[in-house]
Amino acid sequence: MADNKKIRLKVLRQDGPAKSDSKRWEEFEIPWHPQMNVISALMEIRKNPHKADGARTSPVAWDASCLEEVCGSCTMLVNGKVRQACSALIDKIAPAGETITLAPMTKFPLVRDLIVDRSRMFEDLKKVKAWIDLDGSHELGPGPRQSQENQETAYPLSRCMTCGCCLEACPQVNDHSSFVGPAALNQVRLFNLHPSGKMHAAERLEAVMGESGVQGCGKAQNCVVACPKEIPLVDSIADVSRQTTKHMLFGWLLK
Amino acid sequence: MAKPTSIVTDSGKVRRVVVVGGGLAGLTTVIKLCEAGIPVDLFSLVPVKRSHSVCAQGGINASVNTKGEGDSPEVHLEETVYGGDFLANQPPVKGMTYAAPGIVYMLDRMGVPFNRTSEGLLDFRRFGGTLFHRTAFAGATTGQQLLYALDEQVRRYETVEVENEKGIAVKGERMVRKWELWDFLGLVLDEGHIARGIVAQDLKSMEIKSFPGEAVCLATGGSGIIFGKSTNSVINTGTAASAVYQQGACYANGEFIQVHPTAIPGADKLRLISESVRGEGGRIWVPKDAKEKRRGKDVPESQRDYFLENKYPGYGNLVPRDIAARELFLKCFHEGRGVFNNKSGQNELEVYLDVTHLPKDVLHKKLSGVLEIYEKFAGEDPYTNPMRIFPAVHYSMGGLWVDFEKSTDGRLVVGSPRNQATNIGGLYAAGEVDYAYHGANRLGANSLLSCIYGGMVAGPAIATYVKNLDKSAFDVKSSVFEKATTRERERYSGILAMNGTENPYKLHEELAQVMLRDCTIERHNETLDKVIAKIDELEERSLQIGVTDTSERANQGAQFVRHLKNMLVLARVIAQGARNRDESRGAHFKPEFKARDDQSFLRTTMALHEEGAGGKSVVNYVRGLDYPLLGKSVRVSDEVDISLVKPRARKYETAGAASHADPPKESTKMSARPQAQG
Repeated sequence: MADNKKIRLKVLRQDGPAKSDSKRWEEFEIPWHPQMNVISALMEIRKNPHKADGARTSPVAWDASCLEEVCGSCTMLVNGKVRQACSALIDKIAPAGETITLAPMTKFPLVRDLIVDRSRMFEDLKKVKAWIDLDGSHELGPGPRQSQENQETAYPLSRCMTCGCCLEACPQVNDHSSFVGPAALNQVRLFNLHPSGKMHAAERLEAVMGESGVQGCGKAQNCVVACPKEIPLVDSIADVSRQTTKHMLFGWLLK
Repeated sequence: MAKPTSIVTDSGKVRRVVVVGGGLAGLTTVIKLCEAGIPVDLFSLVPVKRSHSVCAQGGINASVNTKGEGDSPEVHLEETVYGGDFLANQPPVKGMTYAAPGIVYMLDRMGVPFNRTSEGLLDFRRFGGTLFHRTAFAGATTGQQLLYALDEQVRRYETVEVENEKGIAVKGERMVRKWELWDFLGLVLDEGHIARGIVAQDLKSMEIKSFPGEAVCLATGGSGIIFGKSTNSVINTGTAASAVYQQGACYANGEFIQVHPTAIPGADKLRLISESVRGEGGRIWVPKDAKEKRRGKDVPESQRDYFLENKYPGYGNLVPRDIAARELFLKCFHEGRGVFNNKSGQNELEVYLDVTHLPKDVLHKKLSGVLEIYEKFAGEDPYTNPMRIFPAVHYSMGGLWVDFEKSTDGRLVVGSPRNQATNIGGLYAAGEVDYAYHGANRLGANSLLSCIYGGMVAGPAIATYVKNLDKSAFDVKSSVFEKATTRERERYSGILAMNGTENPYKLHEELAQVMLRDCTIERHNETLDKVIAKIDELEERSLQIGVTDTSERANQGAQFVRHLKNMLVLARVIAQGARNRDESRGAHFKPEFKARDDQSFLRTTMALHEEGAGGKSVVNYVRGLDYPLLGKSVRVSDEVDISLVKPRARKYETAGAASHADPPKESTKMSARPQAQG
C-alpha cells in the first residue's frame, strides 16, 4: 500500500439538540495507517481539526471507552448501519478507499455530533427489575447449583452491553410507540432463568405485558441481526412472550 | 445543627456519601454503604455499566479448593505476597485472600453466570504465579459479568427510598442517585483540610457544581492512558487521582506499572489477550530460526522455541506477568527473534501465543470472548492460527496511599475507619486507584478480587467514619463550597481561553512515547533523567495550548486539556519514583541494579505534591506522615508490614516455590496440557 494513502470520512454533525440549524455533513481526509479503525480516524481529526477543504472546524464529539466492543459506548451509524465504531476496521468497511459516513443513532435524544443519550435503556432495566433480589452482601455460602446447560444458556444473554443497536434497528421503537425494545425483554428472560431470579418472575412478567412489552414486538427480527454480541434476541422475546401468556392464563392458579 | 448520627438533618436534607467511579470497587462500596443505611451520590465519567472493569477477561481468584488440590487462603496469601516481590503490606492481603471465597459466593448469588463443573459447582481455572486452580470465571468476559451483577444491585438501590431513624420514607429521596457522565474536578476541603464534598462537571451541559458529601470515596481506576496506547479504556487517565494528589493526598508506589505480556498490537489501543488463555493451556513460542518464513501454523513442533517453558520449568507459561513480559521483551527487542515478517523483511516485536492444539469445544466454552476479540481486531482466526502478541501497559500497582488497621489475627479490623483511608480526612480510596494489595507486581485474577474487596472494606470503614463525625457537610459554611466551585469554574474558563499553538492531543502523544519507551519494562537512570526533562518541557508547553473547541456543549477538547495536565503530574510521580528506586523488584527492573535490595528499598514510596515555579509540579518524597482522622492524628510510615510471610528471593524455575504448600500432583504437566471440560 502506498504510504500517502488517505481515507475520507463524512460526519453528520449537530452542536446540540436545540440547534437543528447547525445540522451539517462535514468531510475529512485523514492519512491511512495499518490496523486503522473508525475510532483511530476520529482521533486523528482531533489532533488536526480541519475539514477536507482545509477549513478549520471543531473536533468531532463522540462517545468511547473500552475500544474492544465490550462497553457499548461508541455505538453509531457507520455507513448507515448501527454498530460499534471501535470494531469498524477501515480496510474492511472501505477496502477501495470509499468515503465512510458516520452519523448518530436516531432513536435516542441527540447530545452533540455522534453522541446520543441512552439513559432510557437504563431506566427500562429498572422497570423490568433486571436484578436478583439479594438478601444482602454478607456471607451466606455458595449460590444455588446450576447445570452447565443453564450456564451456557444464560451467559450469552448476559453479554448485553446496553449499546442500543437492537433499539436502533427495531421498526417498532419510535416516537409513537412505548415499546420497551429487545434489550430489556432479553433481561427478563435472563433473570427468570436463574434459580433465585425465578422466584420473582411474576413481577418481571407483569412489567412487560401489553403494548409497551412483548406485544409491542412486530417480529421484524432486525434486532438479532444488529446485535454485535449475537444474543438470540428473537428467541428471548418469544420465550418471554410464552411466559407472559402462561402467566396471564394460569398465573392466578399458581399463586 | 444536625445530630451527627442522623442521616436526615433537622431541615430535612439527606446526608450522603460521595462515591466517584462506578467500576467494581465503586459499586461494591455503594452496596456496602446502602446496607449500612447510608445514601450515596455516585459519580462516573461514563454510565457505570461502561466502566473499565468490563475489560477484565480471565477471572477472579478465590481459594475454594473444589479440585481437591490442597489450596487455601493461606497459600493464596503467600503466593500473592511472593508474586508482588514482598512490597505489599501483608495484613490487607491476608484480609483479601481469606475473604475471597465469600466474595465469589456472593457474586454467584447475584447471578453471575460463572462456568460450572458437571456437578453444577463453580469451575476454577489456572492463572499466573500459582499451580492451583483458583480462578472462577464467566467465559472470558468475567469483568463484564461481575460489573453487571454489581450494577444491577446498585440499580435496585436507585429504586429504594431513604428512610429516617423512625423508618419513615423521605419523599423523593432514593438510596442511590447516579451522576453519570460527570467529571470529577476536585475535593471541597474545609478550613481544617477535611473533605466535605466534591466539585464536578456535567459533560453534556459543561455545568460545574459542588456537591456536599459526608465523606468521599475515589474508585476511579488506573492511569494507563499516560502511556498512550495500553490495554486500558480511554477514560483511564488517572485524572481524579491526580487531582486529589495535587490537593494533598499521598501517592504511593507510583513507579510500579504492570506490563501485561500478551496483547494485540493496534493503532488506537493494545487489546488484551487474557492470561486465562495460558491458564487453559495456551503456549508461547517463537520459531527457532529467526528468519523463519513459514506462517506460524506451518512451523513444525521441533522448530519451535517454547522459551518460557524451557527457562521456567516450574511455572512455564504461567510465570507472573513481570517475568513473562521481560522475557518477551528480551526475545524480541534484545535478541531480535520476534516473528519474522516476509513483507517488511524484519523481525517484528511479536511472539506467538498458541491455542491451536486445544480442543475447539473447550476453547469455545471457556475462551470465546477473548478469541473473538482477536478475530475481530487482528482479522485472523485464532482457532487455527497461533496469535501474534506483544506486551502492553496494563495495570497500576501504585496509587493513592491508604491506611489499614491490623487485627490480632493479622487481617484487617472490620469497620475500622482507618481502612482504605487516605491522608486527607474524609477521603477514602478503593480499587486500582489505591496502592494496597499487589506490592511490586500483581498476580492475574487478583485485580477483580482486590477491587471488590477494597469496596467491601471501604464501605464499612466510611460508615463508621460518617457515624462518628461531629458535624455534617451541611454544617460547613456555604462559602467553602462556593469558593471551591468558583476555583474550578475559573480553571475551566481559563482552559477555554487558551489560544496558544500547542495541540493537547499531540502533547499527549509525545508524553506517551517517552513513558512507554523509557519507563516500562526496562528502566535506565540516564534515560529516566531524560523522561523527567521531557515532562518538564511538556508541562511548560502545556501552558501554550490552543484549545480547539469552545463549544458550550459536550466539549471533549477542553476536558482533555484538564486530563492532560493531570496526567503530566502523575507521569512525574511515576518517572521520578522509578529514577529514585535503584534496585529491581517486581515490575520495576533496572539492568544497572539487577538485584532486589531489601536493605534500602523494602519500603513504600510515598509522594506528596508541591507546586513548583513556572507551573511545574514537584514531587516531595517522605518517609512517613501524620494524617487527621475524626479529630485525632494518626502517624504512619513507609515501613512495609512483613509480619506474615518472610521475604525471600523469587524462584519461578522451581514448581511450588511461591508457597509452602505441596504443589498439586499434575501441576508440572498442567501448563502444556489442556484440561478436560468439567
